Amino acid sequence: MISARGLVKRFGDFTAVAGIDVEVTAGEAFGFLGPNGAGKSSTMRMIGCVSPPSGGSLRVLGRDPVRDGAAIRARLGVVPQADTLDGELSPRENLVVYARYFGIDRRTARRRAAELLEFVQLTERADGRVDALSGGMKRRLTIARSLVNEPDLLLLDEPTTGLDPQARHLVWERLFQLKKRGGTLVLTTHYMDEAEQLCDRLVVMDGGRIVAEGSPRDLIATHSTREVVELRFADDHLADLAGKLTGVGERAEVLPDRILVYADDGDAAVAAVHTRDVTPASVLVRRSTLEDVFLHLTGRTLVE
Amino acid sequence: MAHPAVSVLEWQLVVYRRTWRAGLLGYFVIPVLFLLGIGLGLGGYVDQGGRLGVDYLAYIAPGLMVASAMGIAAGEATWPVLAYLKWNQMYQAMLATPLRVWDVLVGHVSFVVFRTLLASAAYLLVMLVAGAVRSPWALLALPVAGLVGLATAAPVFAFTARQEDDAMLSVVQRFVIVPVSLFSGVFFPISQLPAAVRPLAWLFPLWHGVELSRGLSLGRLAVLPALGHVAVLLAWSAAGLAVAHAVFRRRLVW
Repeated sequence: MISARGLVKRFGDFTAVAGIDVEVTAGEAFGFLGPNGAGKSSTMRMIGCVSPPSGGSLRVLGRDPVRDGAAIRARLGVVPQADTLDGELSPRENLVVYARYFGIDRRTARRRAAELLEFVQLTERADGRVDALSGGMKRRLTIARSLVNEPDLLLLDEPTTGLDPQARHLVWERLFQLKKRGGTLVLTTHYMDEAEQLCDRLVVMDGGRIVAEGSPRDLIATHSTREVVELRFADDHLADLAGKLTGVGERAEVLPDRILVYADDGDAAVAAVHTRDVTPASVLVRRSTLEDVFLHLTGRTLVE
Repeated sequence: MAHPAVSVLEWQLVVYRRTWRAGLLGYFVIPVLFLLGIGLGLGGYVDQGGRLGVDYLAYIAPGLMVASAMGIAAGEATWPVLAYLKWNQMYQAMLATPLRVWDVLVGHVSFVVFRTLLASAAYLLVMLVAGAVRSPWALLALPVAGLVGLATAAPVFAFTARQEDDAMLSVVQRFVIVPVSLFSGVFFPISQLPAAVRPLAWLFPLWHGVELSRGLSLGRLAVLPALGHVAVLLAWSAAGLAVAHAVFRRRLVW
């Protein structure tokens, strides 16, 4: 579906994407995980054939995005980071108008619009104004719009950024449905839970490069421990406290507000912590997440 | 299959379907006010001089019609274009589909021309009722108005697409559209202008549109100059579209 070799995107002196290799196969849900400015959106724009690569090679659906951009775009569904809906029109009109851009005849466009409004649970709002929809509804409408040409490949740039938890879950649930039908999904996110829930395989990006690749489970197994102990203290000299924890678990990370102790057995690590001369205000044992993978690989958190 | 730009025109028509009623009244009110106020009111005095060889009303009406076409085209080529480019990124959304930059540009420009045609048709109707039309050839003033709309919209699209905010957009209206309307032979022959300024009137599309429109409406258009005027309007249209396309590409493909 997608094949990139040494893919580069430069804007003047700034290198947004610094040579990445990516392979996405049919039926896969693939993610780009990374903080803002990691180069995810630039990569997505190149894959979406709206931004010409500055270097390297890129094939999308087996074709060259620069030469065959329009033909590739005809088979893509794109959910951009910002909802680019026409707020003056109704959801139904948005879908029909968009379908016409693909050369889909009016009758088919109207039928698909009705089906997709049903799919994203917006039938009741179909003929009101888009401006009156909530953020989550607009996102779902944008997803419906991206499906209007029955795409072979769906590109979602930060599909749930800015949504409240309930709205996010509704979006995820719809994306799950698409996944179950065998659709190929490529998404960017800086939410590790989103990546864990939706992606079969992902790459972790930082500073325009890929720093790790694998399934969420593999990444956690390779780059983190099974469990993590989160320690919070009333005292804020966390670096000094961390010094006293040397040897507990495999390693520790000091964040501005807490210390993370990485250990395969969290409870044993907690017991070990209590033998040291420290008195944490709170102790939490949890499973490792992709957030921990990112922290370990880059020394920074995903969402600052 | 229809040209892809047609789907962009369709989108604009869907948007327009929601708002046309509000604008329609204006399409009739403006010409009535202008023709009454200037054509009949001021015209009463002008006709006493008798130097135009025709009623002042019949003299200015076809000029007013194309001047209004220019104004509408310029308005439609400023704020809406910047909105779609920048504020709601409608153009970006279209470019994620098989549409190309050229299709998006041509589709939107076509809609602007459509609106100038609509407004000009209303103008022509009011002129007929007011008895300001002297020849059946006046019907051809309609495509002339459309062409003036195109020759205005295309370069203004290019100008708008270079803007980051709307500060300069009202400058176009005040310092280009208004002076061009006043000094392009709509209200008086440009022979009244100082010889040094006259070439400025020849430069802009409007004077050519006014000459064509008036010639048709009065039924006294000479073929050779007419071809020249059409050529100038086509040149503005083609050059404007070419520059607008380049600016759009730079702005939208990065």
